[in-house]
Amino acid sequence: MSSDYTAMWQELGLDLEAHDALLEALSSSYQDIFLSQKNRPQGMQYLDFVMSEVHGLRIKELLDARRAGRPVVGSFCVFVPEEIILAADGIHVGLCAGAEFGTEEVEKILPRNTCALIKSAFGFKLSRVCPFIEAADMVVGENTCDGKKKSYEQLGELLPNLYVMDLPQQKTAAGKRLLREEYVRFLHAMEELSGITIDAKRLRRGVELVNAKRAALARLNRLRSSRPSPISGLDALLINQVSFYDDPVRFTGQINSLCDELEARIARQEGVVAGTTPRVLLSGCPMAVPNWKIPMLIERSGAVVVGEESCVGERGSRNLTDASGATVDALLDAIVERYFAIDCAVFTPNREREQHVVEMVQAYQADGVIHYGLQFCQPYLIESMPMEQRLTDQGITTLRIETDYSMEDLGQLQTRIEAFVEMLG
Amino acid sequence: MRCAGIDLGSRTIEVVIVEDGRLVASRQAETGFAPDRQAASLLAGESYDRLLATGYGRHLFEQINGTPTVTEIKAVAAGFHALAPEVDLILDIGGQDSKVVALNQTGKVIKFEMNDRCAAGTGKFLELVAMTLGFPLDAFGQEALKAEKTLQINSMCAVFADSEVTSLIGRGEDRRAIALGLHRSIVNRAVGMLKRFNLDRSTIGFVGGVAWNPCVHRLLEEHLQKIVHIPPNPQIVAAYGAALLAAGG
Ligand code: SF4
Ligand code: SF4
Repeated sequence: MSSDYTAMWQELGLDLEAHDALLEALSSSYQDIFLSQKNRPQGMQYLDFVMSEVHGLRIKELLDARRAGRPVVGSFCVFVPEEIILAADGIHVGLCAGAEFGTEEVEKILPRNTCALIKSAFGFKLSRVCPFIEAADMVVGENTCDGKKKSYEQLGELLPNLYVMDLPQQKTAAGKRLLREEYVRFLHAMEELSGITIDAKRLRRGVELVNAKRAALARLNRLRSSRPSPISGLDALLINQVSFYDDPVRFTGQINSLCDELEARIARQEGVVAGTTPRVLLSGCPMAVPNWKIPMLIERSGAVVVGEESCVGERGSRNLTDASGATVDALLDAIVERYFAIDCAVFTPNREREQHVVEMVQAYQADGVIHYGLQFCQPYLIESMPMEQRLTDQGITTLRIETDYSMEDLGQLQTRIEAFVEMLG
Repeated sequence: MRCAGIDLGSRTIEVVIVEDGRLVASRQAETGFAPDRQAASLLAGESYDRLLATGYGRHLFEQINGTPTVTEIKAVAAGFHALAPEVDLILDIGGQDSKVVALNQTGKVIKFEMNDRCAAGTGKFLELVAMTLGFPLDAFGQEALKAEKTLQINSMCAVFADSEVTSLIGRGEDRRAIALGLHRSIVNRAVGMLKRFNLDRSTIGFVGGVAWNPCVHRLLEEHLQKIVHIPPNPQIVAAYGAALLAAGG
């Protein structure tokens, strides 16, 4: 990244020294983890470019759009409806929370045994290294797990523009009503922020843009189900991660042309790895940028990740929204319908998630499942045991992992993951 | 064909040579500060057609020597299966980790569990508390077995257990009773891990440095109400397995 952006970062109030350190760490691990891979599809060059400009060009775009009157909205969760943001001409960005940063400062505010994802969000804010959070006109928090919902109380002190959305915990009629009410409230908040009245036409356009993006991701996922796998799991994860902050139209176009390339590969029976490579489905907690530890260990152990049952993965992009509604109300109903089907572990009960994992194992021709849980994440860790039981009963080899963003358990995790891959082979 | 397996553990390194499936030589040394040099000296003078590395230091060894690797989980399964095919659940407690490996009739790993990053319930734990109590490590188990009563030790964490021990000593409690309590806490932990498997139908084997400890062995059998099989040298099983896998691969 060129240093031309210094003035922009300064203007955003970033701590330039800490920010430099972050960029350096990011680019060296990117080199080491992504660029060192073999047989990468040509189309990944776009993603490499996006990553290299993640704090540069993309931020400039956001700031230019802001100057043109478009609000920038940051979020942490796939329950925040991007279609409503787009309907108000807003720009939606997922906020990274995938690295340990400013831990010492964070632990003055949050208990040590808070999940790494939450701590990371605070760490990026407190150490003033995230241009996305600084560039956001509004940050949306959502009441999902207890850790998140309570920590938003603290985050609100640090972020004057935090908007908190409530979410249901049960898939009941009352739960659905709550979600709808919250989405209506959010729609009005977006109208207020942008000064735009959202009509059916605008909302439909929002739905169509997001549908197109999700369809491209679904297409990618379908292609990954072929053997040999045409793309590495690391690259696919990166695509999922970038889907949260790149411009949706541009991203959709790029991913579709990448898919064209993958289709050609598949036709030639050419894979990123040999057809005999053990295939792993990754399931569990979300993996925000730059959380690449587990996929890296899996693929270095000689397996390939063929799917992610995760919010940064299929859980986040599955299901399209019915765009046929003629009124705002009808479209809102369709949006609620679509989001209400997400099987996040904060729901209780949530048995359909197990069913989805079993279906994904079949659909992606996976040989085994690695369940990824962040330490102190009660929703996913508590679900991991019945999940393992269910998968084992179905004859699916499963490994449960509990970790955080630190690197101190790398050796131990490597042994576990290698042994798991040996079992599949 | 002559094949070698090397197990680079956190505390010790073992080398085993097999010829046509028969164990013909084994060597062992402390890992020390320069594992690669220690490994080289253990292998010096041995001739073999193939070598396979396992254990904690396998990747370092691979980087230096280009030797192919296998995890200690697969290696220990292969080794124990060759020694005692009836064993289908292996408890392995080493210097820094403990694990349980379940095998099927053909010796293939079907499931495993491993402790997380702390040293609770491992050889390191025993070493620390033996030192606090003033027992040499190799006599620790024997001494604990001589205790007339046992004391409850609540801390699983090596650091906290150590301070708990210190305060028990300060209260004038019998050293052996404290020692027995510590052994019990290790065994409780191991049994907890074993219970995640189908214990009723399993035949259990025990390997790793801690398997030398007679008190851990006795308490395990009492607790499980079962025979726990320990091979003649429980520390070389993974290296033996690696040698056998080298031959097969
Ligand atoms: S796991 Fe649940 S709370 Fe977290 S991002 Fe996904 S949907 Fe939101
Ligand atoms: S659901 Fe789990 S991973 Fe997500 S924020 Fe809550 S505790 Fe963290």
